[in-house]
Amino acid sequence: METFLSSLAILSQWQVLVALLLGSIGGVIIGALPGVGAAVAIAILLPATFAFEPIVGLTLMLGVYGSSMYGGAIPAILINTPGTAVNALTTYDGYPMTKRGEGHRALSLAYSASFFGGIFSVVCLILLSPLLAMIAPHFGSREIFLAALLGIILVVLAHRGQVFAAGMLASFGIFLSTIGLEPVKYTKRFTFDMTWLTSGINLIVVVLGLFAISQALLLLVDKDHKPGKAHVDGNLFSGLSELLRFKRIASVSSSLGVLMGMIPGVGEFTAQFLSYTYAQKTSKKPDDFGNGSPEGLVASEAANNAVPGAAMIPLLALGIPGEALTAMMLSVFYVHNVIPGPQLFQGQLDFVIAIYIALILLNVIVLAFLLSSTNLLLKIIQIPTRFLGVMILTLSFVGVYSLRNSITDCAVASAFGIFGLILKRLNLPIVPIILGMVLGSIMEVKLRSAMARVKSPLDFVDRPIAAILFAVILLILILHVRTVIREHKSRREQETSKNSEASTQQG
Amino acid sequence: MAHIKTLQELFRRHRRPGDIVFALLFLAFSIFLLSQVYGETSWVKRTKWFAQPRFWPAVSLIFMTFFALLHFVGSLCSPRILGRWMEVVFWLRSLEFVLYFLLYVAIVPLLGYLPSTVLFTCFLTVRVGLATPRFLLASSVFAICVAVIFRAFLQVKIPAGQLYEAFPDPLKAFALTYL
Repeated sequence: METFLSSLAILSQWQVLVALLLGSIGGVIIGALPGVGAAVAIAILLPATFAFEPIVGLTLMLGVYGSSMYGGAIPAILINTPGTAVNALTTYDGYPMTKRGEGHRALSLAYSASFFGGIFSVVCLILLSPLLAMIAPHFGSREIFLAALLGIILVVLAHRGQVFAAGMLASFGIFLSTIGLEPVKYTKRFTFDMTWLTSGINLIVVVLGLFAISQALLLLVDKDHKPGKAHVDGNLFSGLSELLRFKRIASVSSSLGVLMGMIPGVGEFTAQFLSYTYAQKTSKKPDDFGNGSPEGLVASEAANNAVPGAAMIPLLALGIPGEALTAMMLSVFYVHNVIPGPQLFQGQLDFVIAIYIALILLNVIVLAFLLSSTNLLLKIIQIPTRFLGVMILTLSFVGVYSLRNSITDCAVASAFGIFGLILKRLNLPIVPIILGMVLGSIMEVKLRSAMARVKSPLDFVDRPIAAILFAVILLILILHVRTVIREHKSRREQETSKNSEASTQQG
Repeated sequence: MAHIKTLQELFRRHRRPGDIVFALLFLAFSIFLLSQVYGETSWVKRTKWFAQPRFWPAVSLIFMTFFALLHFVGSLCSPRILGRWMEVVFWLRSLEFVLYFLLYVAIVPLLGYLPSTVLFTCFLTVRVGLATPRFLLASSVFAICVAVIFRAFLQVKIPAGQLYEAFPDPLKAFALTYL
């Protein structure tokens, strides 16, 4: 009880409440603007938050992170343009509903499902906390090394069809983390005798280049596009009661969102895919999916909104980010000397609980805002994409330059901006680079400290958690190889049957 | 022959125009970095392999080159979509905006954050073909809001402009602190 009151005291500071309000509402607007997204906003805000108290900075970022997907559903449903990439699945059923004249119903259901998913994940986080607090101290250097390795492997394998590119970019991220003066032996690594490389490549400069500047360049160079006009009439509160009809799908989808959010490197897309497939397979009207099925809409929105809360689990408990946005948040922790991991649960439980309460509050604020301001948001998103590009590039300057007032940082960020633009145009993943950078440095430090106590290779996995993690890594690799072989066989069978059909027709 | 066909099928993927150019450049970059491992990292005596400064750069570069090679082979084996050089031109067109961005970075310490930002946003608005009074006003208002929020309220670390030194005293102090 004392801890709970202490966490309420942390949250009751006016700065925290303002950050929560601005983050939540700002996140919805950012999410609703096609072409911006939470990653761009968080990258820009990141250096500005370094001046704040850790809880203020984190609340602001959590607000943006947790609410952007709510906002992204609006253009996805009404104008068939997802606000954020994770809302792409929402267009499948949301837009056909709008075309049938059920736009308000679709929006209302999407808000309700998102709210359910968001709250569900925070409740899971709270319920799992005692367990986390119990398990986290058993994570020593070798367990954290193996968990980080698992994260890298998962982020590579999660990019189906792009595994080689993801592996190459994750390795590039690990390489970037090694550049500069090595902290133990004080030797230079890949500095090419240039002083600006001695301090290494800053994670935030890379993040800003890859996410914000690349997006600005993409919008500025590409053809101008203005989202179509839309207006929504009707009662948006109706979805709250209608959601009760889909409680099974909402619960299963949220659970899948929590599960996928907890596993590093997996995230929203897999959660959505699994929950959508589940909803379709168990539905009485599976043919409606993709043609305006409310069940499909609920599955997609509940799953993606359950992820942000769950993604905080590996970050808080082990200090391991599951995806790019939590990797950015990790840097806020580090700047304020708050080290996430087992010791956070032991020493600063009130801080952790304050984050949980902030997550609940942000969902309530966002729902209240959306139910009253959807039409206002529809006017805001009418900004031409090239003007958005101007805005993002201007804001990117604050992010990069305010770090160290360095022109070199701006030049490096611009180079990563062009690199990010190329990756986006080629539809290659950016996230592996960021996770490679963060997890790479964790792996280097933890392997060094873990190996000091290891005499034979088997000693590395002689503790239960280390053994489980090692077994999971092996299992995932074996399953991946098996899937590739199966897919290859089925493709060959399909081609053989096609060829035989063709020869029969010719004959 | 059958083995080669199987290999081609295994590596085939959907690729966009320009994919092979990027794959080739990234592979060349990886090989170049890998070739520099000995010169750019050191091997410290009486230190175990896992604590060697060379260990992680070498591991990451070996994997980077290996995956880059596979990515390149995948690109070679996949059906080509026309428009490779058009795509490269699209990438190069972004350099123009990078140049404007770096010029903006260079003039901030001279003109100050607020005037430079207003100039930068208005110039870019005209450059991207939105030179209407409505958008010019919007870009100016946006620039003023950004400068005031970040420099005056959030006290973000951006140096004051040298131009402010020429202002009369009461305005100078205000400009140095808030603009």
